[in-house]
Amino acid sequence: MSKYTEEQLEEELKTQEYKYGFYTDIESDTFPVGLNEDVVRAISKKKNEPEWMTEWRLEAFRVWEQMEEPEWANVHYEKPKFQDIAYYSAPKQKPKLNSLDEVDPELLDTFKRLGISIDEQKKLANVAVDIVMDSVSVATTFKKTLGEKGIIFMPISEAIQEHPELVKKYLGTVVPTSDNFYAALNSAVFSDGSFCYIPKGVKCPMELSTYFRINEGGTGQFERTLVVADKGSYVSYLEGCTAPMRDENQLHAAVVELIAMDDAEIKYSTVQNWYPGNKEGKGGVYNFVTKRGLCENNAKISWTQVETGSAVTWKYPSCILKGNNSVGEFYSIAVTNNFQQADTGTKMIHLGKNTKSTIISKGISAGKSQNSYRGLVQINSRAENARNFSQCDSLLMGNECGAHTFPYIETKNKSAQIEHEATTSKIGEDQLFYCNQRGIDTEKAIALIVNGFSKEVLNKLPMEFAVEAQKLLEISLEGSVG
Amino acid sequence: MELQDKLLSSYVAFENKVDINSDVHEIRSEAFKNFEALGFPTKKLEAWKYTSLKSVLKQDYSLFPNKDVAVELADVKQYFIHEIDSYKVVFIDGKYSSFLSQTTHDQYDVCLMSSALSSPKYKETIDKYFNKIAKQDNLTSLNTAFATEGAYINIPKNTVVKKPIQIINFTTGSETATMVQPRNLVVVGENAQVQIIERHQSLNSNPVLSNIVTEVFADKASNVDIYKIQNDEETASLVDNSYIEQKSNSVVSVHTFSFGGNITRNNLNFYQKGEHIDSILKGVTIIEGKQHVDHHTLVHHIEPNCESHQDYKGIYDERSTAVFNGKVIVEKEAQKTNAYQQNNNVLLSDKATINAKPQLEIFADDVKCSHGCTIGQLDDDALFYMQQRGIPEKQGKGLLMFAFANTVLESVKIPEVKQRITKLIANKLGVNIGFDL
Repeated sequence: MSKYTEEQLEEELKTQEYKYGFYTDIESDTFPVGLNEDVVRAISKKKNEPEWMTEWRLEAFRVWEQMEEPEWANVHYEKPKFQDIAYYSAPKQKPKLNSLDEVDPELLDTFKRLGISIDEQKKLANVAVDIVMDSVSVATTFKKTLGEKGIIFMPISEAIQEHPELVKKYLGTVVPTSDNFYAALNSAVFSDGSFCYIPKGVKCPMELSTYFRINEGGTGQFERTLVVADKGSYVSYLEGCTAPMRDENQLHAAVVELIAMDDAEIKYSTVQNWYPGNKEGKGGVYNFVTKRGLCENNAKISWTQVETGSAVTWKYPSCILKGNNSVGEFYSIAVTNNFQQADTGTKMIHLGKNTKSTIISKGISAGKSQNSYRGLVQINSRAENARNFSQCDSLLMGNECGAHTFPYIETKNKSAQIEHEATTSKIGEDQLFYCNQRGIDTEKAIALIVNGFSKEVLNKLPMEFAVEAQKLLEISLEGSVG
Repeated sequence: MELQDKLLSSYVAFENKVDINSDVHEIRSEAFKNFEALGFPTKKLEAWKYTSLKSVLKQDYSLFPNKDVAVELADVKQYFIHEIDSYKVVFIDGKYSSFLSQTTHDQYDVCLMSSALSSPKYKETIDKYFNKIAKQDNLTSLNTAFATEGAYINIPKNTVVKKPIQIINFTTGSETATMVQPRNLVVVGENAQVQIIERHQSLNSNPVLSNIVTEVFADKASNVDIYKIQNDEETASLVDNSYIEQKSNSVVSVHTFSFGGNITRNNLNFYQKGEHIDSILKGVTIIEGKQHVDHHTLVHHIEPNCESHQDYKGIYDERSTAVFNGKVIVEKEAQKTNAYQQNNNVLLSDKATINAKPQLEIFADDVKCSHGCTIGQLDDDALFYMQQRGIPEKQGKGLLMFAFANTVLESVKIPEVKQRITKLIANKLGVNIGFDL
């Protein structure tokens, strides 16, 4: 068998029928555009994945092929052409800059106003940083601390290699591959993401957000995140960044799965500030995300999100309250300006006894944008004593934008107590007048009022981000007051 | 044969009976084509997500009941609000009963759709109003396609109708299953006032499907009060499609009392075409068994300075299911709109289900819109308080539920209707509340 030579191969290739109908050079860094089984196989091979992972992706791909793009969301956009996308490309090497002077001044200005430290600015703007810079050594210390506690925190592609048993056990258990169009697509082609496992009884000693911020690698187009909190553990996780992300990929379809076992608690915060398109509504990112968490007995999952970017957002972080006494929370601020469209909300599925959920959603629309809240509260017949409180407030600025609420409430148990409230209003002229009287100009006054309106949600963010997020709201709404 | 096929194939027979050269028939044919294309609604449609007509459509309905069944007044008197003098437009199996009715042409018209459709005297009104605001959706189209009979009410301006008008549709069950499709038109002139009570009643337990369409036009500063009493047999299904257009300064209120029926679906649509309009939508639903009630409301705020008030209460026992889908749309021009929506529900059993979807779509900034939706139980403390004072549990619960539903009854303007509803609720809750209102 070892006599198989290159000449023989050449001969064989000449005579043999083209076996796969499609050819992918797995050595190359970018695959040709389009998606089919071979591309999925190639992605898997490129990542050196085990057989089961390849099969898992293929299964997802087959499901995806049968599915149709959802159209029920209250957003209008030109559909991405799925066969015109290259589904794998090696992380692009951004040009390294030598100093901050070379960075786009507009970007720097935003950094400054958000209050991001110079070192971090450099990191975010991809400026070469000195190896002894504080943050890097901090990161190393972090890694050590996490390691000591037995916390696994690494890219999911590494986790598939190093902890296949954990990934295999939990991947796709909360968001099945067949869940929806974008989740299936993500499952088939996801390039990377994060995996986090907190062992039994461990309280993660730091906000993983802090770690994340320093090690942020450039988020992929099809990101996959899996967070598993074992019994009695706690973790706080933050994804995204207040800094504007200038991403070339138009379509983003991420999947996030959270698993909180008995007595565990996961706090997941998102700040999303992707390119929203220009003032005429051209360009901008499509953000179609599936996020879901599963709560076992006495577990708690809390979603906090500040959504200011993206041209189109389609996102419903959900909690499945499977265990008794489990708690789900959702705090959201969605700001839309110019031509942005957001259709976001949550699902709280009450299955266990004495489950509780809280939904606080604040929508702010300005310019010509459309902002929708879409939520589901479902109480199953066995969910005794379920409790839900929902509040959706919308703030409208100008008469060319829209605010919409689509709450679904389904109750099958008599002991359930559900309250849902929604209000829509504008910034009161008397409030503005009061501020003006005291020497606060209109723009500042609006920022002040918006902050007050969003306070309940901002308070839920990890401390360092709360301040930045507050400023982010100001910047997002800039110029929206005539 | 499937009901849909049956309806489609019976259209030829239907055309033999009506004047196919009239303008109205053009509207019918158009609607027929529309229904042919759309078919019956399925759960795949967002608007029918929680209500399935599947079991209802399985019956072999007789579409044009032929038998003349005599109905004695004594047998049906209980279904009228008989304590008061009123105009009555009564139909038995879809056919007009002159014996039970009391119509008028003095000052205003309270009469029949069939005569309004055929007589040249009414042509102007029919041309102007017939099928003008009714949606082109499946069931409304189906009704339009076969529209021949119903109540026709036309009140000229500055006229107050002296007594309430009762529109009652009886089905006798002379056939094993009956489908009726009444079509009502109510035109209320400037500054005019009218009160209407509507009821559907089957006289035995053979299956009935009523697909009714009512169009109401309320001109400037008019005042229209509509009460819908739905307390039918558990074999009777009802789809009530109401479309109401209001002009400036008009006030229209619709109270819907749903106490019984197999599947009851209320599509109540308000279109505000003017300023300073007030639209009031209220409802009490108390059901048990396997009954299903679905309230689908729409208030479309098109112009500035208008108000709408919605208040729906529901009490559900046993295996009943209920749906509330309230939609408020505020257009860009409709500044200074005040829209309120309230939906409160009590589940008495673990087998009962409530699906609520209070929906707001707002495009104007200077508005006050709010909605509240709650699902809960009776207050244990209040119940305990009453039991302490010697009121038995059942009675106490009844009192609490009565109090819960009472906010809706407060705005009922005809005392006799209020009394009747009060009694119905008391009966329904199985208690003697011990006082009259």
